[in-house]
Amino acid sequence: MATQILMPALSPTMTEGKLSRWLKSVGDMIKAGDVIAEIETDKATMEVEAVDEGRLSAILVPEGAEGVAVNTPIAVLGEESAVAAAPAPTVAAAPVAAASHAPVAPVAVAAAAEKEWGATAPLSVREALRDAMAAEMRADGDVFLIGEEVAQYQGAYKVSQGLLDEFGARRVIDSPITEHGFTGMAVGAAMNGLKPIVEFMTFNFAMQAIDQIINSAAKTLYMSGGQMGCPIVFRGPNGAASRVGAQHSQCYASWYAHCPGLKVVAPWSAADAKGLLRAAIRDPNPIIFLENEILYGQSFEVPTDPDFVLPIGKAKVEREGTDVTLVAFSIMVGTALKAADALAAQGISAEVINLRTLRPLDTETIVRSVKKTSRIVTIEEGWPYSGIGAEVNMQIIEQCFDWLDAPPARVHGADVPLPYAANLEKLALPQPEWVVDAVRKLF
Amino acid sequence: MAQAAEGKRRGKPRLSNEPEGLGRDELLRAYRDMLLIRRFEEKAGQLYGMGLIGGFCHLYIGQEAVVVGIQMALGEGDQVITSYRDHGHMLACGMEARGVMAELTGREGGYSRGKGGSMHMFSKERNFFGGHGIVGAQVSIGTGLAFSNAYRNQDRVSVTYFGDGASNQGQVFESFNLAALLKLPCIYVIENNKYGMGTSVDRATASRDLSKNAAPWSIPSLQVDGMDVEAVKKAADAAVAHCRAGKGPFLLEMKTYRYRGHSMSDPGRYRSREEIQKMRSERDCIEGARAKLAAFDVDEAVIRGIDEDVKRIVQDSADFAQTSPEPALSELWTDILKEG
Repeated sequence: MATQILMPALSPTMTEGKLSRWLKSVGDMIKAGDVIAEIETDKATMEVEAVDEGRLSAILVPEGAEGVAVNTPIAVLGEESAVAAAPAPTVAAAPVAAASHAPVAPVAVAAAAEKEWGATAPLSVREALRDAMAAEMRADGDVFLIGEEVAQYQGAYKVSQGLLDEFGARRVIDSPITEHGFTGMAVGAAMNGLKPIVEFMTFNFAMQAIDQIINSAAKTLYMSGGQMGCPIVFRGPNGAASRVGAQHSQCYASWYAHCPGLKVVAPWSAADAKGLLRAAIRDPNPIIFLENEILYGQSFEVPTDPDFVLPIGKAKVEREGTDVTLVAFSIMVGTALKAADALAAQGISAEVINLRTLRPLDTETIVRSVKKTSRIVTIEEGWPYSGIGAEVNMQIIEQCFDWLDAPPARVHGADVPLPYAANLEKLALPQPEWVVDAVRKLF
Repeated sequence: MAQAAEGKRRGKPRLSNEPEGLGRDELLRAYRDMLLIRRFEEKAGQLYGMGLIGGFCHLYIGQEAVVVGIQMALGEGDQVITSYRDHGHMLACGMEARGVMAELTGREGGYSRGKGGSMHMFSKERNFFGGHGIVGAQVSIGTGLAFSNAYRNQDRVSVTYFGDGASNQGQVFESFNLAALLKLPCIYVIENNKYGMGTSVDRATASRDLSKNAAPWSIPSLQVDGMDVEAVKKAADAAVAHCRAGKGPFLLEMKTYRYRGHSMSDPGRYRSREEIQKMRSERDCIEGARAKLAAFDVDEAVIRGIDEDVKRIVQDSADFAQTSPEPALSELWTDILKEG
């Protein structure tokens, strides 16, 4: 009986990869545990081990094939006796378009005039973050990067790829797994004038260090009567990735946005990531920079101007509309844009605001929009209680209650620790249809 | 005298060219600096009793030899960071008594313009980095000060003070590891005053010798009589020399004692009056220095002159702290973020 070998997923968020090399040929005997191929994504390279035994009877995806979707059959193991002499028809590497994660082209119509940066080129969020760090490290010798696996391993999510080669071990520092200690150390370095970038492998682990972030980094300027600044960036993936369970899937936006003394930034697109991270590194204050693992591999158009930078504290109108304002940040901007497409098909024109910065909040842009649309729905992946949506909607109630034609509404993650099971996880994270439903209730 | 921590034979620093102890002028300066801290703290205690100082106020009385002895071993540009029992450290760093006392009373003339209080004062000019209210947090921050010195290749050391209570915090051990790994010029000073608030060291840690707490990372250490300013200075010299030579961190355990409560509201039932009295009468650092000064045939008038001088500075600071105005109400909204 023949057994199919499927394209494996190397990480929770991987949807496709490159089959870079076959280490076995048709006709070879394979034992369970044998390394049969190498595959790679933009994040990692890994070996594929056989789980079954038998003779390799066919290779279905040739070496070098890119964009091979997870679970695509890549080879066939025959039974011992069944030596497949005839080469199996080779399925060329154009399988299964990676359906869900195709980059959402920003339907960009900037209302508030954003500086025009000219020519653009496609860039992944991952590369944008790396380029931002590299550019600022070139410009300022006081900037350095510290975190777990940032140097030799090239970043747990490959965000710091190449930085060790360019800047050396003095400025790209592998830390032991000791968040509390290295965060405090970086805060001390910042108090003495250096400009650390602290990478948390994920923001879930920053809870180990949150005392240093809040009590030391955020409060010291005030407690010292303005003497002791702390120019530091805390960055890393925040929120749910995919199927990694409750302890690795929390959104910390409202935790940090709650605290005076911090600025909190949450980019969505690659342009956001690049422009805002450069601004964050230059900023003399402690910055929480909330990235998203699922977005790392997505590509967007990014200005090629070497001076490209975005202002902290300014939201962006990603799509203009007249009937309802959708306010989102990070990966939920994509969800909001999909919802806006669906709503347009139903004759409802949605304006989509990408917050970009959560503290200080650009209430001016939101209020201006709501005064036009008279309806607001906030969208966030995190929990509702004391969430960002609660805050945004309260600001609207305070500042333009009389313009509202319907109560402010929010779409948010389910108020539960994130479950592992695929069906339950999907039930817990906001989907475009949730936004559509929430909007329709306002009419 | 400084003694090498037991069982630390390998890696024990060699105290070459050991000084014979402090000379006459050095001892006079130490006496004066310790007395200033003692009188300042006594005055702070009084002002607290009068309701002029609020909140928490942790006095350093009894431990003066530690900061004074260590400061004498430091040079220009070396940094100091400590916990919330910080008034003595600030005075030792050369911060003005006026500014410290006015911060205690929450006035505009305070080092943090009244916005920090007893536990949160800083002076960039004097390289004093606080004043931290979270037990142990200053240890990783102090490690970061050392990191910045190493990063910039500057010949400076950072002195990171913490108590026996803080010595059990996880981030202290994380810091030891980081400092040893990165070879940071950081002097860790455990001020072991025998009690973390009301819990004696014996009840708080299974480590019977805190000077060995960094041994797993091969950080050399000394256990020191922290009631003897000469012993402190000598040990600090060794630690500073080690750090400046680029050999990485050093740990000093100072055996010391606080005469007063943990804070002003401490009923002190965890130790006997006799224990305190015995330390005061037999081990006091200021009395000890005074006795040594006698051996130098220092004229009594010189001592009296120092006493008068200190008294005048402290009274002036108390007057200033009561006459300096409270911060302007607009101060509530300043210093939250830097412009930029």
